[in-house]
Amino acid sequence: MGGLGWNLIRGWAILVYIFMFLPVAVVVLLSFNASQFGSFPMTGFSFRWFVELANNDAILRAFRTSMILGFLTAVISTTLGVLASLALVRYRVPGASLISTLLIAPILVPEVVLAVALLLFLNFLSINKSFALLLAGHVIFTLPFVILVVQARLVSIKRDIEEAAMSLGASPMQTFFQITLPLMLPAVLAGGLFAFTISFDDITGTLFWKPGGVETVPTQIFAMLRNSISPEINALGTVMIVMTVGLPLLGVAIARQMTRKGGI
Amino acid sequence: MSVEAREARQPWILLSPALIAVVLLLIVPLLFIVVYSFWLRTATGADQVGFFLDNWQEALSDVFYRDILFGTLRVAAITTLVCGLMGYPAAFFIARSRGNRAILLLMLMLPFWISYIIRTMSWINILGVSGAFNSFLMAVGVIDEPIQMLYNQTTVILGLVHFLLPFMILNIYVSLDGIDTNLEDAANSLGATRWQSFLQVTLPLSLPGLAAGGLLCFVLGAGTYITPLVLGGPRDAMFANLVFEAIITQLNWPLGSALSLMLLVVLGALVLIYNRYLGMAQLMKGLG
Repeated sequence: MGGLGWNLIRGWAILVYIFMFLPVAVVVLLSFNASQFGSFPMTGFSFRWFVELANNDAILRAFRTSMILGFLTAVISTTLGVLASLALVRYRVPGASLISTLLIAPILVPEVVLAVALLLFLNFLSINKSFALLLAGHVIFTLPFVILVVQARLVSIKRDIEEAAMSLGASPMQTFFQITLPLMLPAVLAGGLFAFTISFDDITGTLFWKPGGVETVPTQIFAMLRNSISPEINALGTVMIVMTVGLPLLGVAIARQMTRKGGI
Repeated sequence: MSVEAREARQPWILLSPALIAVVLLLIVPLLFIVVYSFWLRTATGADQVGFFLDNWQEALSDVFYRDILFGTLRVAAITTLVCGLMGYPAAFFIARSRGNRAILLLMLMLPFWISYIIRTMSWINILGVSGAFNSFLMAVGVIDEPIQMLYNQTTVILGLVHFLLPFMILNIYVSLDGIDTNLEDAANSLGATRWQSFLQVTLPLSLPGLAAGGLLCFVLGAGTYITPLVLGGPRDAMFANLVFEAIITQLNWPLGSALSLMLLVVLGALVLIYNRYLGMAQLMKGLG
């Protein structure tokens, strides 16, 4: 290809990339600004806002809550998701398409509606706003993503290897733990990281479910925005960017490495 | 138990934890708020169980709610249109680029992973009174006083486009990538100009991806309440903000239930229409 048309398209695409990256780059840039206002002009290069961040109890608490919540969400959601994906990929289940739709339903329903329904129903069952409600909510809306990611990867694992193990005398349990699980590990890790990242980033549902006084990192940022944009928010943003971009990249790298080693 | 019976039971054992979770934490709660929307919040703050049409009457007949519902659909529609116009050429570039497509896609996915609240608030750094744009204009001498460019409907749409554009590009890319380029070559060799072969071959074949991206942008855009709170003014509330107000601020849960269901019906209808004509498979391709 070539010519004027293609150059126009390329120019347009570059503008789109700039549009996507520029605001984020500005957050990172301003987080190193020495000025005490979270805005231009840049008055010098400084790490002071990261130091302030590390000494801010509210933010550290929010960070811990987000980490624990994300970790538990990832563990539960991945367990449920992997089991369900195994069933859908490996067996001929009657009504499979209906079941798939049902399992994907949490992302077809607007998150606000899901948040309201879960909050009111669990409240009716006398389960008030709590960490448990937050965890239940995060599990239910990360589950579809885990199932989609894990299913896509499971399809590529051949059954022959398992059948070979079984024919050589391995029990189904042995086969699962020694053959299937190691082969699935990249898919499991990818699903888990996906769930963690989505949970770590969520604010829409979290604002409905979180008990008073408990903040996750996104709700903490949201609360801080009410005043004005402080350099601390930009520093926190930079930390979040490094985390939410770094983790999936790490996940991709691990998955690649393991597939290469497995050679399958 | 026979081997066949055990074989037949196994998938259900594997499926049951996930299915029970979805039924208990989504399906039953949705049915519950249908019932709840007919209850009544009394002046004392207690819920009166019964069959009252008051909430629905208020939600459906109040002009205030109706205007905000239409306003929300309008914002979502503009957002979707802008995402489509910005996203199609970009997706086309990635799909037909001779360079490293994996890197181009990864670069697109990076902002996708960056926190929604960070990406939303980052526009304050750009357009705020002491943001990059105002600083630039003042430094150049175009203006003497900073201009307030934030907190209006345009900035809400801008924030939504920034949030949703990767969904659109990814879906269009997936469907463009699946088109056999021989088809275009065939059209060209039969005498079509490049523009003709694009309009008559490539574009129609990529419409399912455009539709899937459009559906995601519209539904996610119409269901947001964070973007208007961060980038909008007091008059830019969207329908989900009304739900949030009713549930969290006013604690009028029966009314909040009715409003949530209204949003679900409107957006659910779109998903059903999409499913009827295009099926869910295309959407799943783009998400997975």
